[in-house]
Amino acid sequence: MTAATPVKTQYEAIIGLETHCQLSTETKIFSESSTVFGAPPNTHIDPVCMGLPGVLPVLNQKVLEYAVKAGLALNCTIAPYSKFDRKQYFYPDLPKNYQISQYDLPIAEHGWVEIELYDKKSGTSTRKKIGVTRLHMEEDAGKLVHGGSDRLAGSTFSLVDYNRAGVPLIEIVSEPDIRSGQEAAEYAQEIRRIVRYLGVSDGNMQEGSLRCDVNISIRPMGSTTFGTKVEIKNMNSFNAIQRAIDYEIERQIAAVEAGEPIIQETRLWDEGSQTTRTMRVKEGSSDYRYFPEPDLGPIEVLEAQREQWRSELPELPVQKRHRYQEELGLSPYDTRVLTDDQSITTYFEQTVAAGAAAKPSANWIMGDISAYLNANTGMTIADLKLMPQELAELINLIESGTISNKIGKDILPELLENGGSPKALVEKKGLLQISDPAVIEAAIEEVIAAFPNELEQYKGGKTKMLGFFVGQVLKKTGGKADPKLTNQLVAKKLNS
Amino acid sequence: MSLDREQVHKVATLARLALTPEEEEKFAGQLTSILDYVEQLNELDVADVPPTTRAIDVSNVTRVDVQRAYENREAILSSAPDREDDFFKVPKIVTGD
Repeated sequence: MTAATPVKTQYEAIIGLETHCQLSTETKIFSESSTVFGAPPNTHIDPVCMGLPGVLPVLNQKVLEYAVKAGLALNCTIAPYSKFDRKQYFYPDLPKNYQISQYDLPIAEHGWVEIELYDKKSGTSTRKKIGVTRLHMEEDAGKLVHGGSDRLAGSTFSLVDYNRAGVPLIEIVSEPDIRSGQEAAEYAQEIRRIVRYLGVSDGNMQEGSLRCDVNISIRPMGSTTFGTKVEIKNMNSFNAIQRAIDYEIERQIAAVEAGEPIIQETRLWDEGSQTTRTMRVKEGSSDYRYFPEPDLGPIEVLEAQREQWRSELPELPVQKRHRYQEELGLSPYDTRVLTDDQSITTYFEQTVAAGAAAKPSANWIMGDISAYLNANTGMTIADLKLMPQELAELINLIESGTISNKIGKDILPELLENGGSPKALVEKKGLLQISDPAVIEAAIEEVIAAFPNELEQYKGGKTKMLGFFVGQVLKKTGGKADPKLTNQLVAKKLNS
Repeated sequence: MSLDREQVHKVATLARLALTPEEEEKFAGQLTSILDYVEQLNELDVADVPPTTRAIDVSNVTRVDVQRAYENREAILSSAPDREDDFFKVPKIVTGD
């Protein structure tokens, strides 16, 4: 007798991300101090970002331009009328006791981002749209160093550095459309690609230019109500975002299955233990008492201005992915690698523009050239001596049969070190491919004469010795013999 | 419109003001009379009037993104209640609602 297995409840996770992104401006959002990272404490401060009495903040026009461009790239509607508000809370990282942010009239709303989820096993990818609720402009806060302890708890005083106070940020809030750690990490990476392509942010997570907070709850599959939401902070890589979410989903499912309540709280991802832990419990929603910032006038983005900025947008990562796959015929994997880093994208596109076919260009860049860059720490593709036009020339020498693929690989190290014309190098070294049957046949004769035992074996039925003879002929010609032709001629000779 | 003691207590807590129960009672009365006074405006029909968020009608006041260091940083640091070298120093931070 077998007991019926109880049906296991399936859960789904409902995830939304809040992404803060530092804009790459020279100066702060409302004042003329520098935004450069890593300066000695309190060197980039001024009366405006310190909120001294009587000062008047004035919006940096680059912040508006960058925020609108980011909004357009996220397929948002740009608000024709927008304003700033004061968000009030007491914490010493804010010198004014309020943060200038945007509340009910953000600069951009109702957008979406298309992500491409790559499946390593099958080599295929699926596309998914993640809604963007809103994008708004705000100022960053200062940095606290807690004295007497490395954490807030236990410290007897704190030291404050306001260099970051007033640094311009955009906050991008996603719809709760994300269902897994992988989707969240991919969404965050896509946001970074977009801001980097636009040139509005460097997206550097280590320096805090890109920060993601995650909201996550679980519910039984098919349910339409939401579970209790937990916020997770402190993830400083895309990988950490994915792992923190996967951990949190398991933690919440285990709690629900054990009949324990999920508490509405903020949890910190702890990289060391690979777990999340309680930071603070939220008691009711915070009351920020927003009101319109009286020191700043409203912002009206006119249609002509908006369309001018739209016309300045570059080809975006999603457009490149579609074009590479649908027009250039590249695989999802190649596309992913080539569009992730803009300097690689540029190199690839210049190679193709110089007349090389897309697939071999992708192979050379992702194969031998990447290996060379990995071996030379700190070197990027932009530092290469080999120009994209020269790579294109090399690829075309191979494609046209002028040199063999092997010769191409042999001369690559020299080209990578010194650059220059591959054609000129091939001619100088006398490496042109031998396609004259008479020359190859002469080499075959010599090889067969030199290996009578192997010939005996072949005649005796060991047909895989064919490869041995082809190899010897190629070796004899210094790798210059056309391999395909050599193969045919060797087979013909041995079977004659 | 009336404001009760509980609401006064909440607003005071958010503003980090410590009020005695007597003060809460007193301010509840005073704030209520202020609100009542302002409430007279509700007699007007403003259904077709757009809300005014500021008195002066200007928009798009912006500046160019050109960096200029503030020359009197020391004055800002030294006017703070406490400092340690080039940091502002603040007392132990107490969180919790």
